[in-house]
Amino acid sequence: MKHVTDYRNAGLVQGILAEIRRTVTRPWVIMEICGGQTHAIMRHGLDQLLPPELELCHGPGCPVCVTPLELIDKAVAIASRPGVIFTSYGDMLRVPGSEQDLAAVRASGGDVRIVYSPLDAVKLARQNPDRQVVFFAIGFETTAPANATSVLQAQALELRNYSVLVSHVCVPPAMDVILRSPQNRVQGFLAAGHVCAVMGYWEYESIAGRYHVPIVVTGFEPADIAQGILGTVRQLEAGGAAVENAYSRVVTRAGNRPAQEVIQRVFEPCDRQWRGIGVIPMSGYRLRRPFEAFDAEVQFGVSDIMPRESEVCISGLILQGRRKPLECQAFGTECTPERPLGATMVSSEGACAAYYRYGRRAE
Amino acid sequence: MCLAVPGQIVDICESNGLKMGKVDFGGALREACLDYVPEARLGDYVIVHVGFAISLLSESEARATLELLQEIAERDPDVELGASQA
Repeated sequence: MKHVTDYRNAGLVQGILAEIRRTVTRPWVIMEICGGQTHAIMRHGLDQLLPPELELCHGPGCPVCVTPLELIDKAVAIASRPGVIFTSYGDMLRVPGSEQDLAAVRASGGDVRIVYSPLDAVKLARQNPDRQVVFFAIGFETTAPANATSVLQAQALELRNYSVLVSHVCVPPAMDVILRSPQNRVQGFLAAGHVCAVMGYWEYESIAGRYHVPIVVTGFEPADIAQGILGTVRQLEAGGAAVENAYSRVVTRAGNRPAQEVIQRVFEPCDRQWRGIGVIPMSGYRLRRPFEAFDAEVQFGVSDIMPRESEVCISGLILQGRRKPLECQAFGTECTPERPLGATMVSSEGACAAYYRYGRRAE
Repeated sequence: MCLAVPGQIVDICESNGLKMGKVDFGGALREACLDYVPEARLGDYVIVHVGFAISLLSESEARATLELLQEIAERDPDVELGASQA
């Protein structure tokens, strides 16, 4: 496939890794923000090919993992109501709520459907005028414009039976929390390429300056990730703290302006609870007031939710790069992808799921 | 979640006020919204996420990156840049 295969060339990746080995002189800790990159690193075994001085730790960039438990419980409550078609990206169905997950709602007769795009959910609302179609609008900045456009489409089509359960989160405030923590170990970042495709990377320049950390915008194929690591290591060794773009075929400094405009039209910044981490000020989006008619939380009035989190799960520490999946006593025993205690074991972007799937087990 | 893949635009149309199109992902055709890439034309490559093109892929930047990476890789005497996949 054009623009994919070239970046999977084994010789090319080995050559970049050799350059990384020649560059490194001492230990460094680098965080890849995006869970998609965590999975790519494990799938291609990049973590095992890096020199021992380099440690990759895994970031909070897994929207399924950080969606607050309270919202999962609200999703379960709404999906259980008669007359509702609850639509979601597939990953959300197995994320454990306090009592049950969306898959269990479906198994007991609830109409829970997986959609590929939020526009599919709008289509369902048009086809089912006598039913309420709710879309679970989660995601980082990459996904926010798509979810916003679905609301604008529903408005343009005058649909009264479409609403979204919003749990949008943004990357820069989370990086700030990680870097501010006294326990922080992260010295450089691979920034999430597709978040930057939408938002650009100008926002990261102040973070790089304030905390003196290099940040390299990085893609998702093995050669992209190796290039991102090489750029970060070169800066670390030279004492640099700049924002660098190693994914220039897709990302520009300004990002995608039309997509940003759609986000701004529909959403406004708000404080947001991150599962396992806590409330991060101004770290999310909520619907603006004129779009209240499309807000599932308002439309369904689900307020009597009392979330209860597993006491064993350490996913919050894992999402901040402070612990690794293998340091959890429940990993692979009490907690597996079939019976997950926390969301990091479920998602195609969760760090625990990546370790489990690609056989990273305790020695 | 932020999974997005490059594909080539093979058809452009309009639907309910949105610029839509068909995108070819290595032989698999899928509908995608092209509203955020108003400058995109037939034959262009776009990065598609949850049914929306979020970026128009720059062929010249892609070439420049590959040249740079090949140059780095060739510094290693053991490297052979064959067609095998990592």
